Amino acid sequence: MRPEWTDFVGGKWENEINVRDFIQKNYTPYDGDDTFLANPTQNTNELWAQVMELSKKEREAGGVLDMDTKVVSTITSHGPGYLDKSKETIVGFQTDKPFKRSMQVYGGIRMAEKACSDNGYTVDPEISEFFSTHRKTHNAGCFDAYNDEMRACRSSHIITGLPDAYGRGRIIGDYRRIALYGIDRLIEDKNEQKASTGRVMTDDVIRLREEISEQIVALKQMKQMAASYGCDISKPATNTQEAIQATYFGYLAAVKEQNGAAMSLGRTSTFIDIYAERDLKNGTFTEEQIQEFVDHFVMKLRLIKFARTPEYNNLFAGDPVWVTESLAGVGVDGRHLVTKTSFRYLHTLTNLGPSPEPNLTVLWSVRLPENFKRYCAKMSIQTSSIQYENDDLMRVTHADDYAIACCVSSMMVGKQMQFFGARANLAKCLLYALNGGVDEVTKKQVGPRYRKVEGDVLDFDDVMQKYVDMMEWLADVYVNTLNVIHYMHDKYCYEKAQMALHDRDVFRYFATGVAGLSVVADSLSAIKYATVKPIRDEDGVIVDFETTGEFPKYGNDDDRVDEIARDLVKKFMTMIRRHHTYRNGFPTTSILTITSNVTYGKATGTTPDGRKKGQPFAPGANPMHGRDTHGAVASLSSVSKLPFNHAQDGISNTFTIIPGALGKEDQVFAGDIEIDLSQV
Amino acid sequence: MKGKIHSLESFGTVDGPGVRYVVFTQGCPLRCAYCHNPDTWSTKAGEEMEPSYIIEQYNRNIGFYKDGGITVTGGEPLLQLDFLLELFTLAKEQNIHTCIDSSGIVFNSTNTQWMEKLDRLMTLTDLVMLDIKHINNEKHISLTELPNKNVLAFAEYLYEKEVPTWIRHVVVPGITDDPADLEALGYFIGGFTNVKALDILPYHDLGVPKYQNLGIEYKLKDVKPMDKKLIPELKKHVLRGIKNKRIELGLIQA
Repeated sequence: MRPEWTDFVGGKWENEINVRDFIQKNYTPYDGDDTFLANPTQNTNELWAQVMELSKKEREAGGVLDMDTKVVSTITSHGPGYLDKSKETIVGFQTDKPFKRSMQVYGGIRMAEKACSDNGYTVDPEISEFFSTHRKTHNAGCFDAYNDEMRACRSSHIITGLPDAYGRGRIIGDYRRIALYGIDRLIEDKNEQKASTGRVMTDDVIRLREEISEQIVALKQMKQMAASYGCDISKPATNTQEAIQATYFGYLAAVKEQNGAAMSLGRTSTFIDIYAERDLKNGTFTEEQIQEFVDHFVMKLRLIKFARTPEYNNLFAGDPVWVTESLAGVGVDGRHLVTKTSFRYLHTLTNLGPSPEPNLTVLWSVRLPENFKRYCAKMSIQTSSIQYENDDLMRVTHADDYAIACCVSSMMVGKQMQFFGARANLAKCLLYALNGGVDEVTKKQVGPRYRKVEGDVLDFDDVMQKYVDMMEWLADVYVNTLNVIHYMHDKYCYEKAQMALHDRDVFRYFATGVAGLSVVADSLSAIKYATVKPIRDEDGVIVDFETTGEFPKYGNDDDRVDEIARDLVKKFMTMIRRHHTYRNGFPTTSILTITSNVTYGKATGTTPDGRKKGQPFAPGANPMHGRDTHGAVASLSSVSKLPFNHAQDGISNTFTIIPGALGKEDQVFAGDIEIDLSQV
Repeated sequence: MKGKIHSLESFGTVDGPGVRYVVFTQGCPLRCAYCHNPDTWSTKAGEEMEPSYIIEQYNRNIGFYKDGGITVTGGEPLLQLDFLLELFTLAKEQNIHTCIDSSGIVFNSTNTQWMEKLDRLMTLTDLVMLDIKHINNEKHISLTELPNKNVLAFAEYLYEKEVPTWIRHVVVPGITDDPADLEALGYFIGGFTNVKALDILPYHDLGVPKYQNLGIEYKLKDVKPMDKKLIPELKKHVLRGIKNKRIELGLIQA
């Protein structure tokens, strides 16, 4: 066994790249409570105070403190940057100083220019010239291949948020591999992979060989970047600090190379815990030191920043990076995956204060240990910063080493990736069905000239038939637009750093998404159970509705409408599945607009459910605001009827409740116990 | 027997132990000045529902109610004994935890037929939350428009029948927060060993918009919501009353 691996239980992982096997053979489940956790060190407090000061300056400067306008960001483009070198136990920034945003141009030069100009900076004209004339970008490639229909759908917003001008993200490198194996071993593995490709030079083989070569370049550059910080990651990490640092360098390489729509971290805490346990046992580090490494790691993750435009920030509500870290869950052997380091990660919310990033996501199972559940609940109450996802549901298909990219996209780390596909607006599609493909806002013919709805009252069967036809069209143009995008992204903006930390034969999810599900479900329910009269404008376009009578609304555990929602998801997904997908991607869909529901609503006319033109949709799979009148359980029950097998990229339900409605406050209530007379 | 139902709430967390399915019955004889559900007063409104329908709704999401159960509140649930009997019989067939949230105002010990039904209902009830509006009869009348005789009799009845009970009491500034009254309340319930918890609730004015919608005058419009921070102190007055009574009865040492 290699000296760096002393005290570890050996196994398959020694001879092949297999982090999961290493974790399963070596991790220590922790059933205890949070009392072992350590406070922040003085260095941590001082560094964080420095960050707070810089954040303040950034806010005062209007949101951006500094931008690079000359150096194109690559893994090795910038020298080392520090907050305070003497205090940082985990190092590395995207550029040569904190809060300076890097310039990423391979996604599209115009986007990079706009991100700069909107923030008062100007890209070096030589860079602009080079990436307009000599080196094509992903964005330029897409527009070379788009047809007129695709362009029309883009501008009418029936398809929105397409990653054709920015990085698609949603790929999680297995950054842990660097810590466990060291870069040299990974390069060796990639060389073997390259030697194992087919001998007949088909398009696929040529592409794969070129990609593996790119990946090897990326691995070498990672080593070089680490060396600039005085770190050697060519060999396996020997302790907790090195393991965290190596993992972070892998992630840092990814965010230096890609400005993706979501740049998630993976599932690192239980992996790191194996090193922490060994170090504690051997007396290498104390609990305080280990917590300090974790705190400094998380501090770095909080400082990942990208140059973005105001439009992008509108679509994604703010400036999110989606540094999602997946915690806990249960293993396929029945042991839970909660370790002390799961606690340590969540404890950063106490030591550094609440924060939306990194997006700490607990993979929840009924079988998680009680102490951990209680700690999560406590931290949620204190910080409102934890996301929860259903491990019992996802473990069935994803086993126990998957992680969440962005907010809900699950994938097996290092083995699966996703082609991110934004969203189709199902509510607008319904209006297209009524209006024969004419956009209700612009009055332009965007969809096909199918027969429009006639008569004074909408007939359910008639509308449904027309809607299905229009959805077929939408699925077709949508999938094909995505085919163009992902082809061009691979060609001009390939994620070589992240893909270097994947297996050779990667499983690719071809993600699509829908917006406006509850709007459509309620609209169809209104047409079916109430009387809906369309109101046409002078051009004969239906722009409003008059609805009389009651109709069941999605969000009340009422099968009459919940089944409409369920069938819609199944129908649309079936349509998506019938199309060719780039690189044989496995088609999925998501129902997860968490914030962009506002943007989608703005671009959509009045709908038959009573929603007025421009009003927001409900987020994700949520019932429309105020229409769920039977309480939270009934509302959740409606959402839970949506079929996960037809929405495998995730279903989100944004749930807000006032604390008082979750139970009584401790001091006020005696509870189901004997009355305590000791206080009087 | 169908019940007259105001509404159903699938996620109740403050009306008994655990997460509960809450049935709001329609109709209440009291006119509490601070009532936040004036829309449940009228016996003429409401939707008629079969007990089996409510159990069906409960069973649809039974996984949520593992540590909870069903709570019937109102309105005044005891106005509808036949409905409650049928509902709780069904609930008990599948071992659902049952709870009634009542003011006890319709308790009527002279009506033997009614009492016989109540006796049977209590064998099917796991918990009663008894809301005592005011211990002082005069003040009870001015607060609710009715005397508290039945309420207090119902409390004694629950003690005799050994029905597990939580006592609830809303404290309204200047109306129900007099320390002497609070202590008297404690003294009254002090001997009831069936009382398992004491819930002192701060008055809030979240119900006011409902009054505007219903066109009913809100009597407490000049009263501020109760400061939550004062609750532990106010509760101590009640606990002192309980303690004194228990010492008197020799239940505990001084």
